[in-house]
Amino acid sequence: MAILSLHSVSRSFGALKVTDDVSFELNAGEALGIIGPNGAGKSTLFNLITGNIAPDAGRVFLDGRDVTRLPPMERVRAGIGRSFQIPQPFGNLSVYENLLVAARFGGELGAGEAPAFCMDILSRTGLAAVAEKPSGGLSLLQRKRLELARAMATKPRVILLDEIAGGLTDAECVELVATIRAIHANGTAIIWIEHVLHALNSVVERLMVLNFGRMLMIGAPDQVMASPEVREIYLGIEA
Amino acid sequence: MTLTRPFGLAAAALALALLYALPAIAPRAVVQDLFGILTLLVLAMNWNMLAGFAGLVSVGQQAFVGIGAYAMFAAIILMGLDPLVGVLIGGLAAAAFAVPMAFFAFRLNGAYFAIGTWVVADIARLGISQWKALGGGTGTSLPKGTAKDMAFVGQIKDMLDVSSAAAADALTYWLMLSLAVAMLVASYVFLRSRMGLGLQAIRDNENAARSVGVDPVKLKALVFLLAAFGTGLCGALAFIQITRVTPDAAFSVIDWTAFVIFITVIGGIGTLPGPIVGVIVFYILQRALADYGTIYLIVLGCLGIVVMLFARRGLWDMFTDRTGIDLMPLTHRPPQGSLPRPKPSRRAA
Repeated sequence: MAILSLHSVSRSFGALKVTDDVSFELNAGEALGIIGPNGAGKSTLFNLITGNIAPDAGRVFLDGRDVTRLPPMERVRAGIGRSFQIPQPFGNLSVYENLLVAARFGGELGAGEAPAFCMDILSRTGLAAVAEKPSGGLSLLQRKRLELARAMATKPRVILLDEIAGGLTDAECVELVATIRAIHANGTAIIWIEHVLHALNSVVERLMVLNFGRMLMIGAPDQVMASPEVREIYLGIEA
Repeated sequence: MTLTRPFGLAAAALALALLYALPAIAPRAVVQDLFGILTLLVLAMNWNMLAGFAGLVSVGQQAFVGIGAYAMFAAIILMGLDPLVGVLIGGLAAAAFAVPMAFFAFRLNGAYFAIGTWVVADIARLGISQWKALGGGTGTSLPKGTAKDMAFVGQIKDMLDVSSAAAADALTYWLMLSLAVAMLVASYVFLRSRMGLGLQAIRDNENAARSVGVDPVKLKALVFLLAAFGTGLCGALAFIQITRVTPDAAFSVIDWTAFVIFITVIGGIGTLPGPIVGVIVFYILQRALADYGTIYLIVLGCLGIVVMLFARRGLWDMFTDRTGIDLMPLTHRPPQGSLPRPKPSRRAA
């Protein structure tokens, strides 16, 4: 059953159509990857799902409920969590406090239950040892982990990951993928924008390709990557 | 490290008892001096909540001082009410003015917000200067005997065995001290709450705060409104003692905002004890440089620049960093026993 669905969503900035009639469904507990060249409209699609940008046309449904007009804060509480391509920690707050904000507001947890919930997520994302450190002083891997952990603290049913493996070393990427796999194994649906294809393909069940704001293809990763059109547009390999 | 709770509470209670006892043991000039310091402290605490915790760098707080003062004068002169009721009306009028001001100013960000609030404050000054019933551009004075007839002045006069004017000074001093204490306690409780945590998240990154379910507009509007109320009360109370109001004095950007920003920035923006440290430094400088005219302002400016360059979060933050002592910690710590134990070092092994 679809937990999230987009019906003919479009968005333009001036004359430039950055999202062009995109429709798809995400099943409960499914992991969907999104790839596409730079400027294909991937992050804009995330912003349309989270409500940071309003669509010019089309509708967004969460669990069959139309959330198109809901502001981002209410969509978080409805179950859509997200991470940012460039980590955006609350720099003056500690790592633990970053999660506490998310758990108290997005996760709607009370003062009694939020602390243990946050510590559990910090342990699962490998951040427990730096829980009391100011988040502004973390390494790149730690900041990426914090993005993931903070999104999890909102108790999402769908989590949107925007190039979370970007800029990491191979070893760091392996660690992060293991964490994402564990989140997915717990039944959280994932939409993951990524250029690190081996990381993406080791988690997702379906892959979507965007180009110039249009959905070019969606299907099993092997099938999509074998498509001559995708290889030409995304990988620059002529058919 | 934080000071042990019983020691800290005992020291605070003693200091507070001393401050409350001051009108009974110190000359009237000292009480008046401290009233001035407390006025700036209350204004600085309000501005700190806005800029230090909500990221709203307003340069238009003088609007609320002016509106509070004028509403209080109107309550006394035009409605014949007691000055203390006038003070409350002053606070409410400032909060009411904050609603349309926020409507315009919240459309702006950063430096534009700062300039926007300044512009709105100046519009308020020009508007008030058209109010002929309160003297227009030249202002007006409180009717003779207003302070003497104020509620509780008679009782204080008998209790302290002082003149009516000294009793009125003692009353306004106690009220300003109580306002400062109430502001400090209310700020601490608010910042330790869920909403305070959300507010600090907004200050650090509004976009990310929205993405974890915090409503920035709602929280910032609430703080803006409360700060306007506190600033309005403070302005009204300050002008009871001044006894005369003019648009230029009541809406002075230097007296009610620039000095207040200086106090907060050098004391420690985004910390609760910061404005207290800042107001003490400001008072010492003011006394030491009182005879040097404009040099006084130049020194203040230079000191502000030095602090901003070398101790960006102010003197209190520098002290906390070096000593580990934090009198009013706002940090939320993980539950005890939930943190992993540090690995033993090789040397210890």
